[in-house]
Amino acid sequence: MKFVIQVNEGPYQHQTADSAYQFTRAALARGHEVLRVFFYHDGVNNGTRLTSPPQDDRDIVGRWSALAAEHGLDLVICVAAAYRRGILDESEMKRLGKDAHNLAPGFRISGLGQLIEGVVLADRLVVFGD
Amino acid sequence: MSILHTVNKSPFEKNSLESCLRYAKNGSAVLLIEDGIYAALAGTTFENTVATAMSELDFYCLAPDMKARGFSSSSMIDGIKLVDYAGFVDLTVEYEKVQAWL
Repeated sequence: MKFVIQVNEGPYQHQTADSAYQFTRAALARGHEVLRVFFYHDGVNNGTRLTSPPQDDRDIVGRWSALAAEHGLDLVICVAAAYRRGILDESEMKRLGKDAHNLAPGFRISGLGQLIEGVVLADRLVVFGD
Repeated sequence: MSILHTVNKSPFEKNSLESCLRYAKNGSAVLLIEDGIYAALAGTTFENTVATAMSELDFYCLAPDMKARGFSSSSMIDGIKLVDYAGFVDLTVEYEKVQAWL
């Protein structure tokens, strides 16, 4: 079956990022296809590579990147939500005249249309948030 | 249409579960995750609400979230089924849609 996962809350707040990650892994392990993970609202904070959690804590951003590398996952960050919160890739850094970019490996910035398209193509949308 | 409703808030904190139960139709299911698992505990003031709803809805509880909060199946209301993440995935397949009550 084809899944789209929506993540509405940032890492290290409540449990959303953990639940979404565990569900995504379990779906892949069950042999399902995860077409896209869409990060919306504060969920875009899952995609900054500058997070530096303590060594004894889970690396929430890094493990999304690792899962994307392992399974070819499409991790999409909502563009409007990302700019508000300072999540930028290199080309947008240049376009907006900023001095840094921070998008983590495996993530890409795109629009809400990617969520809609994913939902049209998928059998199930599963939303995690707060 | 059969829907899997997920509830991730304690009923003592927010009214997500009550909203969910108001809309959930006969033959659907409720999966309690994260702080939602507190609704699965026996002996709380919400036990009656859940037990009544169980006549029309199947109730599930995510075992890792229950264990993380120090509870086991012996603390649960009779008839609520425990699932792991693989079971959570299976439920989303079994039901036609998934509705998150946040």
